[in-house]
Amino acid sequence: MGCIVQNISFNHANGNKALKNISFSVNSGESIAIIGASGSGKTTLLNLLSTALKPTTGYIEHNGSNPWLVSKKALKKIRSTIGTVHQSPPIPSQQRVVTAVLAGRLGQWSLFKSVISLIYPLDILGPHTCLERLQLGDRLFDRCDCLSGGQLQRVGVARVLYQAPQLLLADEPVSAMDPVLSDSVISQLINETVSRNATLIASLHAVDIALRWFPRIIGIKNGEIAFDLPPAVVTESMLKELYASEMGNLPMQANRGV
Amino acid sequence: MSTLTDLKMARQFCLKCLVVFFIIICLTVWSFAYLGLNPIRFFSFYADSNIAPFIARFFSPDLSTPYLLKIGSGILETLSISAIATLLASIISIGLALPTAGRFGPTAKSMTRFLCNFLRSVPELVWAAIIVLAVGLGPFAGTLALTLHTAGVLGRLFGETLENHPTANNTALINSGAGRVAAFLYGTLPGIYPQLLSYSLYRWEMNIRMATILGFVGAGGLGQMLFYELALLREPKASTVIITMLFLVMVVDAISNKLRAAQLHSMG
Amino acid sequence: MKHHSSSGKPYISDPAASSRLTLIAVSLVILWPMLELAQFQPWLLLNPENIEVLGNFLVQFIPPNTEADFLRIVLVATIETLAMATAGIALAILIAVPLGLTISHSLSISRIGPGSNYLFSKFVRFIARFLMLFLRGIPEIVWALLLVRIFGLGPTAGVLAIAITYGGMLSKVYSEILESGNTLPARALLVSGSGRLAAFFYGLLPSTAQELASYTVYRWECAVRASVVAGFVGAGGLGQLMDQSMKMLNGGEVSTILVVFFILVLLADNISLLIRKQLE
Repeated sequence: MGCIVQNISFNHANGNKALKNISFSVNSGESIAIIGASGSGKTTLLNLLSTALKPTTGYIEHNGSNPWLVSKKALKKIRSTIGTVHQSPPIPSQQRVVTAVLAGRLGQWSLFKSVISLIYPLDILGPHTCLERLQLGDRLFDRCDCLSGGQLQRVGVARVLYQAPQLLLADEPVSAMDPVLSDSVISQLINETVSRNATLIASLHAVDIALRWFPRIIGIKNGEIAFDLPPAVVTESMLKELYASEMGNLPMQANRGV
Repeated sequence: MSTLTDLKMARQFCLKCLVVFFIIICLTVWSFAYLGLNPIRFFSFYADSNIAPFIARFFSPDLSTPYLLKIGSGILETLSISAIATLLASIISIGLALPTAGRFGPTAKSMTRFLCNFLRSVPELVWAAIIVLAVGLGPFAGTLALTLHTAGVLGRLFGETLENHPTANNTALINSGAGRVAAFLYGTLPGIYPQLLSYSLYRWEMNIRMATILGFVGAGGLGQMLFYELALLREPKASTVIITMLFLVMVVDAISNKLRAAQLHSMG
Repeated sequence: MKHHSSSGKPYISDPAASSRLTLIAVSLVILWPMLELAQFQPWLLLNPENIEVLGNFLVQFIPPNTEADFLRIVLVATIETLAMATAGIALAILIAVPLGLTISHSLSISRIGPGSNYLFSKFVRFIARFLMLFLRGIPEIVWALLLVRIFGLGPTAGVLAIAITYGGMLSKVYSEILESGNTLPARALLVSGSGRLAAFFYGLLPSTAQELASYTVYRWECAVRASVVAGFVGAGGLGQLMDQSMKMLNGGEVSTILVVFFILVLLADNISLLIRKQLE
């Protein structure tokens, strides 16, 4: 899905200017990593892209439509083609993994199918395949409160894989995972862009993952774009400046604990 | 001096509550006078009327097998009325909870809040009396009356639970294109379900007590039996029904206490 | 649980499926006879005869009866209801205080040490507990019905019914409040030989008075509602009036009484809140 972001800014209710005048465009099949220090506005940008928030000024277009100008029905349709992986998966803890993954297709299913699947899952193989890709296939029928933080994050990813959206947004999707696992999960997400020509925009805190996997890096600092370049051109000094507020320490997935 | 100020404060406090106390006493005495009740009269009444034999007849309850069978079916009828009414009301209340919590906008919220308040302010017995006029005597009227009242109570409780529940899970599903109902079923319901169940079970317990007396206006169950026996001046049979009511309430109380203790135990 | 179907594709079954199915089956098996017993026939609501009767009845609701004569009667009935509730609670307190004091462990001398009356006081406590259960276990409307048989129609039966039931309820809560507060002062007094009543007045009452009073006022608010309900079996007040109006299918009168009932309940709620705030 192609996106155009034009001069958007976003102010929070308390007056805090989270984003100031951001513009960029994305083509179908692209993978972009958004990096920046904590509080730089990465999550707000993703929320604007996913239609969770409305831009204060400017507009965003998905495949040529502005989601805030179309009918409710059309908005619902646009939303079903956008999948978001949250840093903290919005999944009820008492729910079973299979149901949590099935929830990805609620936007495409009829109400009747959704209700029946609560009692008996109408598609078990689909969620299973998605979970297998993330090495979580054996936890299909477990309750989500039996999972570790990293496993729960993978369920969130599985839900988006099951949804098979045209636009994948990921907000720090591997923050709770060890380096090996996070590599495997990121590669799965990038696979989606290759196999289905979907677009992937991921905000990442770990710079090494961004540089290693993504052909286009957008750096955000204080709500503005600092740079929009392929990784080969990104220098260490640019990164240090980006993370100046974190005392110049560049966050790496490899430096994290498990 | 500190003791003087302490005394002053104590006296001040006492004055306010003394005044309130005095007003209440006056109103109470006036109530007795208004109703023409003289407490001393009660005892003379007892002496010179035929209360004693009337009460004595209650002490020999009818325990014959055919009547006990009738009592048994009365118990089952009462339990059924309460169970079905609570079940129906819970389902309706899940539907009422959404607008009550504001998920469909502020006008819907105030309208459903008003509806729930109306349903639960009218006592169950009054509902039963009105509904008997609509559908005739019998347990169906009792079931409907309890359903309406309970829907008001549970609708408000469910709505409050829903309102206090974080909406992140629900919002995430809406943002991936799910409809409002589906998002509720997959995102919110699993989280609030235990609390809703707890409210419903507690209400069922109260409804069993209620179902026993709705029969007084002809709405079935043990209440209707009691009314009938007293009307026919069959005190032994009436006393059996009263003993059964007492017994039923005690058993339900004991079971729910045990269940509550077990639940607390398992959560710990 | 992976199987392979005949086409060779793997097939996974939901392990929760069988238990869910059993649960649904058992529920249906229990539900069906219950529906029978409750004579649950919602199609009756669509019966044209019933609809006509109900329709006529409900239509009359819309202009509530506001004739001066009737309103006067309603006012009298309302005052009667309030008086019933107040008198009923007053008598209930008279019953609840001795019962509550007897049962409450914090005033139990026998618990503190050896004494000749150990078994006797245990027996008395047991009787008191049973009495309490008996008084509250029987719904107030049953008491009202019985008392109407004895004392005839009118508010006397209602007052006594409330006194009895609420006496049982209040005594249980009083004993719980007395036991849950700070019981050391009372205990100290008992140990040094004071009587139970003195221990109560000097040891327990000062610290628990506010809570006791607050709960009693709350129960008065409930008693107002209960008085209306008791009226349905002839115990006077608004309830009896509403019962009469309903029996005559006079929708206008019923709707007036309902409105007055709501106002009354609102009033009682607010008065109770006010008094409880004053107590703090």
